[in-house]
Formats: sequence, structure tokens, C-alpha cells
Amino acid sequence: MSFDVKKQDDVTIIDVEGQLIVGNRQELKQKVLEELEGGARKFLIDFSSTGYIDSSGLGVLVSLSKKIREQSGELRLANLNEDLRTLFELTKLDTLFHIASDRGEALASF
Amino acid sequence: MQLDYVLELPNDLRAIERSVDYLTDRGSEVGFDSDRLRLNFRVGLTEALANAMLYGNCRDPNKRVRVEAHLTPTEITIQVTDEGRGFDPGTVRDPTLPANRVRPGGRGIFLIRKLMDRVEFNERGNSITMILQSRTETTPNPSAE
Repeated sequence: MSFDVKKQDDVTIIDVEGQLIVGNRQELKQKVLEELEGGARKFLIDFSSTGYIDSSGLGVLVSLSKKIREQSGELRLANLNEDLRTLFELTKLDTLFHIASDRGEALASF
Repeated sequence: MQLDYVLELPNDLRAIERSVDYLTDRGSEVGFDSDRLRLNFRVGLTEALANAMLYGNCRDPNKRVRVEAHLTPTEITIQVTDEGRGFDPGTVRDPTLPANRVRPGGRGIFLIRKLMDRVEFNERGNSITMILQSRTETTPNPSAE
């Protein structure tokens, strides 16, 4: 499991490879906060290579969303598979996030 | 075919993913519903192990978590027990209420109840038993609404 960070224009794109769970959530948080402190304001987290997310992973996304908003930034999520969408719907977090079906749609929405 | 396992895990979050993968593979071996293994079982077990290590055992590296699993093609029973003082599951708030939705925590037990068919705690509150049945049509458990 790893987090690959890249830039496309002014958007910071983070690929979540593997699981986003209690064991690695802090690593994602750290990477996003470093970018935020460095001036980045547009974030896209891409889940196309993600197996599953647990409640800690969902919690860290909620926390990051709040911190990004506090800095007048924007967060988009993209490429959630059926299982991940189910988790967001069960927890009603689909109402809290801007979820795009793919990366192109997410980038166009900023 | 049925398989029974007892795992004694160190109180180390790094052990969670490996343990979940191992037992998910055993579930596949007995022929359990692959859709329910992939989402319901993996997430439910991950939540139970994380709760046991973080809140039950309070991150104490000297404590352990015991996992007992009984796997058949139609039903999986899995018990996770920590060495903590236990908790009252009735006090857990509903994370889907608008006021709670923006809080980072509180979704673990909620997801377990949603994703498993039956969930029981022992009287002390340091042991959770989760039962998941094979079902090919739906993934979340509608009766847990």
C-alpha cells in the first residue's frame, strides 16, 4: 500500500494504492497536509487502485476535507468502485464529499 | 468443508492487514461468497481488530488480541477478544446523524453492524462475535437499518 502524489496544473492528485485503513491513514494525512502547507489548494484523491477503506480511512478523509476547506481549498474524490461507494453510502458520507466518477470529471469540476 | 482457526495477534496495527488477508483467503478456500468476503468480511474484521487494539487494549504493545474463526461455505463466525476492560456498545453514537457526520470517528461499530448479519458482545464488552452468511444478491445487511 502506498500513496503516489503528483501535480496536474494546480491540482494535487493522490493515488491510493492498496488499502486505506487504520495502519496507513496517518501517512495519507501527512502527505496531504504537507501539500496544503506548501500552498496547494486543489486536491483530488483517486481510488482506482484501492481495495478497501475502513472507518479510520473514512475518518481521515473527513478530517482532511475539513482542513482543506478551512484553507479555502477544494477536495474531490474519484474512481470509487462499487464496494467503496457502498461504504460511503452506508455512512452517508456521499453527502459530504464531491465524488466524481473518474479523474477527468473530477479535474473538470474545480 | 469447514475450517477453524485461532490467531493470537500482537497489539500492533501492522498485523491487521495481514491477518485480514489470511482469513479472507481461508474464506475463499471453503468457497464462501466472494462478494461478501471482499467487502463485508474484510471491513468488518478490520474494524473489530482496530477497535480491539486501539480502544480495548489502549495501544498497549504488551497486550494481545485473540481471533477465533469458524468458516464454512455458508456461514462465517468470527470472535475478536481483547484484554481490555470492555465497553458498552449501547453508548456508541450514530455517525450518520447530520451532527455526527463531520466527526472523524465513530463509524467502526456502525459499519460492523451494517455489514455483518449478526453481532454480539460479551457481558464485559471486550469480545465481539460476528456472524456473516453467504448471500449472493445483496451486500449490505438491510435488516440492520
